[in-house]
Amino acid sequence: MREMIRLLVVIAVFSAVSGGLLAAIQKGTKDRIEYQQLKFVKGPTIQQILEGSSNDPLVDRFKLPDGKEERSFFVGVFDGKANIVALEAFGKGFGGDIGVIIAVNVENDEIVGIGVTTHSETPGVGSKVKTDTSLSEQFKGLPIKEPFKVKADGGQIDAISGATVSSRGVCGAVVGSAEIYMRLKKDIIEKLKAFKT
Amino acid sequence: MAKSAVQEFTKGLWAEVPPFRLVLGLCPILAVTKTLENGVGMGVATTFVLVCSNMLISLLRDVIPKQVRIACYIVVIATFVTVVELLMQAFAYPLFLKLGIFIPLIVVNCIVLGRAEAFAAKNGVVASFADGLGMGVGFTLSLTALSIFREIFGSGTLTLPFISTVLPVFGPSFEPFAFLVEAPGAFLCLGLMLCIMNMLGKK
Repeated sequence: MREMIRLLVVIAVFSAVSGGLLAAIQKGTKDRIEYQQLKFVKGPTIQQILEGSSNDPLVDRFKLPDGKEERSFFVGVFDGKANIVALEAFGKGFGGDIGVIIAVNVENDEIVGIGVTTHSETPGVGSKVKTDTSLSEQFKGLPIKEPFKVKADGGQIDAISGATVSSRGVCGAVVGSAEIYMRLKKDIIEKLKAFKT
Repeated sequence: MAKSAVQEFTKGLWAEVPPFRLVLGLCPILAVTKTLENGVGMGVATTFVLVCSNMLISLLRDVIPKQVRIACYIVVIATFVTVVELLMQAFAYPLFLKLGIFIPLIVVNCIVLGRAEAFAAKNGVVASFADGLGMGVGFTLSLTALSIFREIFGSGTLTLPFISTVLPVFGPSFEPFAFLVEAPGAFLCLGLMLCIMNMLGKK
């Protein structure tokens, strides 16, 4: 019996020590890992949309609570003013969710640019929504309040031929981020003020 | 028969080089040696785990009860593997994306547990350190050799480790043996390597 207890104690101590060590390391690397994930997964798209900004949007980011979720926002500084904010939302595509980043100018509520981050659309067909800029170009300069729809649904966006469902997914994602943006606009502007100083 | 630390180190490089002589730890060997960068990255990660777990287990060999030694070894190894995984995510994220599932799988790499059980549990810290380092370097060199061969002939390129520069080896007119970067090609290359090793080692 005493032997049993000794074994248990040894294993318990081993596990506790290693658990504690791992927790510490995870805590220490958490921010860096998050930054790396942003840099290599969303980073290229964000940098493309916010090209020419004088700051690093990946560093100048903030989070806001939205209901139960927490959303990340990326700040773009142009001409010394932090008035562009980028956020991500998802739309239903052909093969799964399509992640779209949209950048909005908070002064006039106009879309500065959009870009697809992650998707699982058919390679060579639906995947064009990411590579073919003719779709994302159409969103540039549109007011955020527009009901974004592809032409087949009675909207104003020209879908990529053969990829209507994927294009619809992108529109859905843009509508989703527009909703988030309108809902949190007050808080976003509050946060942006901190960057101006 | 106490061997010197140098001897413990060098045996891992040739006489007992893990994948080819002991034929252990084949899962990562077959899976990640598609490019030189992946091969070297995997080798370095495994070496780190091997050295750390060998030393710690050797230090604790009188504390660990015989009946639960395997469980204790696994806890130690798994801890170091998770450390590697976190560090790699933090400092070498592109490599982490490529190696993916094979980093956590170092836990079940037979070499690591094998050295813990066969060597570290019976020898001192210095000898265990030398053994772990030797095995790790031997493992890394094997992965390097295999991945250079597979990448050059399988894709016609060479990805330099740590800086991710892709060098074209044969130029654009080269038609790569795509078979070599597939799983069956890995077995073929491993078999050839074993064959060469045995030929050289025959007395």
